[in-house]
Amino acid sequence: MHPAPSVIIFTTFSGLGFGLLFWLGIDPTPPTGWVAFVFWLIAYAMAVGGLLSSTFHLGRPERFLKAFSQWRSSWLSREGIAAVTTLVAMGLYGLGLVFFGTAWQHLGWLGALGALATVFTTSMIYAQMKTIPRWNMNLTPAMFMSYALAGGALLKGNITMAIVLLAIAGVVQVFTWVMGDKAFENSGTTMATATGLGNIGSVRAFEPPHTGTNYLMREFIHVVGRKHSQKLRIIGVALGIIIPVVLLLLPIGHWIALIAVASHIAGVLASRWLFFAEAEHVVGLYYGKR
Amino acid sequence: MTTLPNLTQKKLGLVIDLDTCVGCHACVISCKGWNTENYGAPLSDQNAYGADNSGTFLNRVHSFEVQPTGDEAAAQLIHFPKSCLHCEDAPCVTVCPTGASYKREEDGIVLVNEQDCIGCGLCAWACPYGARELDQAEGVMKKCTLCVDRIYNENLEEVDRIPTCVRTCPSGARHFGDLGDENSDVSKLVAERGGMDLMPEQGTKPVNKYLPPRPKDALPEFDVLAPFLEPVAQEAKGFLGWLDKTLEKL
Repeated sequence: MHPAPSVIIFTTFSGLGFGLLFWLGIDPTPPTGWVAFVFWLIAYAMAVGGLLSSTFHLGRPERFLKAFSQWRSSWLSREGIAAVTTLVAMGLYGLGLVFFGTAWQHLGWLGALGALATVFTTSMIYAQMKTIPRWNMNLTPAMFMSYALAGGALLKGNITMAIVLLAIAGVVQVFTWVMGDKAFENSGTTMATATGLGNIGSVRAFEPPHTGTNYLMREFIHVVGRKHSQKLRIIGVALGIIIPVVLLLLPIGHWIALIAVASHIAGVLASRWLFFAEAEHVVGLYYGKR
Repeated sequence: MTTLPNLTQKKLGLVIDLDTCVGCHACVISCKGWNTENYGAPLSDQNAYGADNSGTFLNRVHSFEVQPTGDEAAAQLIHFPKSCLHCEDAPCVTVCPTGASYKREEDGIVLVNEQDCIGCGLCAWACPYGARELDQAEGVMKKCTLCVDRIYNENLEEVDRIPTCVRTCPSGARHFGDLGDENSDVSKLVAERGGMDLMPEQGTKPVNKYLPPRPKDALPEFDVLAPFLEPVAQEAKGFLGWLDKTLEKL
């Protein structure tokens, strides 16, 4: 798949933002006043910034309101509704904490639940794709959820929780790669089933439909950079998981925490780039590119 | 509404004969020609006369080489037109967040309401066949409409009320009809020739069917007595025999 910067930024930052909103929502002793303001600013900058970034890959972004209508069938529509509900609930909750110093706890719980729902629905947009076997696994939502919860705990400063969740996210990520590497083969979709010609003999793409490229090839048959995938996986886990965990085990200060957060974000961005770049769409079979 | 109808009254679709398709791409051209000036936005081209040209097509013809297994049979070249299969369980429809993609209850045609399309591309992701292309000029998703603006169009001669790709095919490799009616010509053709689904494991239940190439003739033995004749000498004699042995020793 084409690793579009807009969707990489969207999944990374909205995951972190909604992860932070989850921890803020369930915090029994939430921050108030200026401290709350800064926390909410960071969470909203990431969550809303990520969502806005996702609109850059739309062909007709001005019609985005229509995307809230098909929640019965579409995960993208459900995601939109979950995101807006979360942002409204947590916005009101934050308002109480920042300006009135009161915790309207029910709104916090609703927001926390909504934050989880948002990350889950985002992950299901990818996990539902039977056409992309690497994504079509239960591990995909597990990976998105564990990264969001770990990143959120890290931003919130829940050190013990962050260490545990980062470790879990790391394990889930590694499993996602190991299982994902076998997914296309295990899906049973081959050039033989794609063309229906397999019972005659071995099928080879002889001539493509056109000499140039097309939308399908640009969007679904991205192969650039795969050769670096092993290195990028190591970089992703090192920056995203190992370095933040080591830093959190040190006596923590604000600067060290900032480095841990920066490292985590860089690592997640690398892993998310791979999530898209390594994903093989079955349509590539028609072009002999799998 | 992007939920799929439980049952469609008809299952209009195409039957494509891989045995008779000659790979002339006439269907591609007539499709582009008809659909760029009829239903919805035009099918744009980018940099059409430059070095890196590309454009939106609703129908494309691939060519595959198949090497039969087992004996030393000759390789076969099979031309393979591919467009929307108007699946019964169309994954492109249910992923649509806006309701722009839908499957018609009356005839099973899968269409895009371009006024509602936000161009998110998710339906193209969900389609295993590469049947949908996002038009780069218009920013909306384009796909085969089964020439919905021809098949019911009473301004056209009756003979023209079929999809333009079928109308134009010079080798009779494309057939149009109701695949939900088992007595229709297309259904009989599918039954007779063993029509198949593409990627059945994807669970999309395509309406369009592909007729596999007929088995090739085997080269007949041209003389019934030939097997009883003395085998021709396999070992070279004379100068060539000497050359063979000498080269072997080197």
